[in-house]
Amino acid sequence: MQLTPLNDLHVELGANLVDFAGWEMPILYDSIINEHRFTRQHATLFDVSHMGRLFLSGPDAEALLERLNTRPIADMKIGQCRYSHVCREDGGILDDVIVSRLHERWLVVCNASNRDKIVGWIRKHSEGRQVTLDDQTLTTAMIAIQGPDTLALAKDYLTMIDLAGIKRYHCLEGSYLGINYICARTGYTGEDGYELILPAAAGRMLAGSILNAKGALEGRIKPAGLGSRDTLRLEAGMPLYGHELSESVDSLTAGQAWAVDLNKDFIGAPVLRQLQEHGMARQLVGLHIEGKRIARQDTPVEKDGGKIGVVTSGTLSPTLDMVIAMAYVDKQFAAIDTPLQVNLRGQPIAAQVVRLPFYKRSK
Amino acid sequence: MSIPQDRKYLPSHEWHLVEGSIVTIGITKVAADQLSDITYVELPKVGTMLQAGSAFGEIESVKATSELFSGVSGKVVTINTELNNHPEWVNQQPFSQGWMIKVEATSPAELEKLWNAAQYAQVYPT
Repeated sequence: MQLTPLNDLHVELGANLVDFAGWEMPILYDSIINEHRFTRQHATLFDVSHMGRLFLSGPDAEALLERLNTRPIADMKIGQCRYSHVCREDGGILDDVIVSRLHERWLVVCNASNRDKIVGWIRKHSEGRQVTLDDQTLTTAMIAIQGPDTLALAKDYLTMIDLAGIKRYHCLEGSYLGINYICARTGYTGEDGYELILPAAAGRMLAGSILNAKGALEGRIKPAGLGSRDTLRLEAGMPLYGHELSESVDSLTAGQAWAVDLNKDFIGAPVLRQLQEHGMARQLVGLHIEGKRIARQDTPVEKDGGKIGVVTSGTLSPTLDMVIAMAYVDKQFAAIDTPLQVNLRGQPIAAQVVRLPFYKRSK
Repeated sequence: MSIPQDRKYLPSHEWHLVEGSIVTIGITKVAADQLSDITYVELPKVGTMLQAGSAFGEIESVKATSELFSGVSGKVVTINTELNNHPEWVNQQPFSQGWMIKVEATSPAELEKLWNAAQYAQVYPT
């Protein structure tokens, strides 16, 4: 299994480690619910070093990325980050990524589970183009700090970076004491925060100094694992590859039309334009579910005994204290407030279509 | 934390405390820690007849859903209804407050096949 530069720190902190896409990752340290709440109320640190960090440069890098991404690339300014999908010709989603424009190069952050696939896809479409791909996933660390206290606390330990000066979905590339960093005001929790890419050893050192801090910072930022990262993103209505997103679904059906620009040319665009014109057969919806039993991935969604959909993710929302899920349902059952059922091991449990996201932070 | 010596254990982590013909069943701390964040415990109705080795309920955590097994045959005489409102008791006090069901055993000899504390601790050291 692949280890992140923070692996020994996870062990020291008593993490419950699991195999995630070939990486040994912390699912939790103490409790998923406690880590979830601490992120909503204070600030937590996530090791996201398993995510792919692909740097593209060369005269044709911009044109290549424009061709591969569902959102425009050429109009991006240096220091801008943009969420986008990468599709096959038939519209199936290969991955969801964040593209950042840096000085004379680009950064594509992709899912750990899709890294090999995306590297292959980029290489395949680089043929005949002047593009250099530099995969720095194994030589760097990536740390996410998320939560309402993030910016206030960063003033004490991240003095070299003016976090407040980085706008949402923007990033800053710099060097401090010879250590190159990229700091992006992005995240996957529904809270304010940042994601920092550093050389592996520097990332380990920073994470250790934050989580083992004495003095003013002590206990103010706690470690959080992939378990709470999942419940946080689900409350925030963000899709997860392998759940809401896959090669067998398209970006429009997945409710991600905002991440697709049908006016530009990209791989998959003709199919998506047709789909837009003729309408989708099913749609991603949010569900509130009665009771305390969690409807997990693949749970059937029913209307009066007939199967009309399937759950993609579900959990007991720690913030709302109710069972929530995302599901694909046939179009005619996708309207807000539609009463439906989820079939939990033979028992129909009442559910209702609700607006996404389930949770939105107050500004 | 050492596990209670006064009980019998299934490899699937259920403990069995025998008091006369009544057997109280719950899950071990190893299992509760592994599940973490228990959100729901589904227990059988009082009066349900159980077969040794069969599932009597389900336990859900944020992470996963697992079945609960009984190591004895018999009738369910009491269930811990408090777990409806306090599933977290299974995380906090798995060997006491987090108990699940009491069974009137019909074949107490079945319990002899279960692991003792030392055997359980050898396979699942804490």
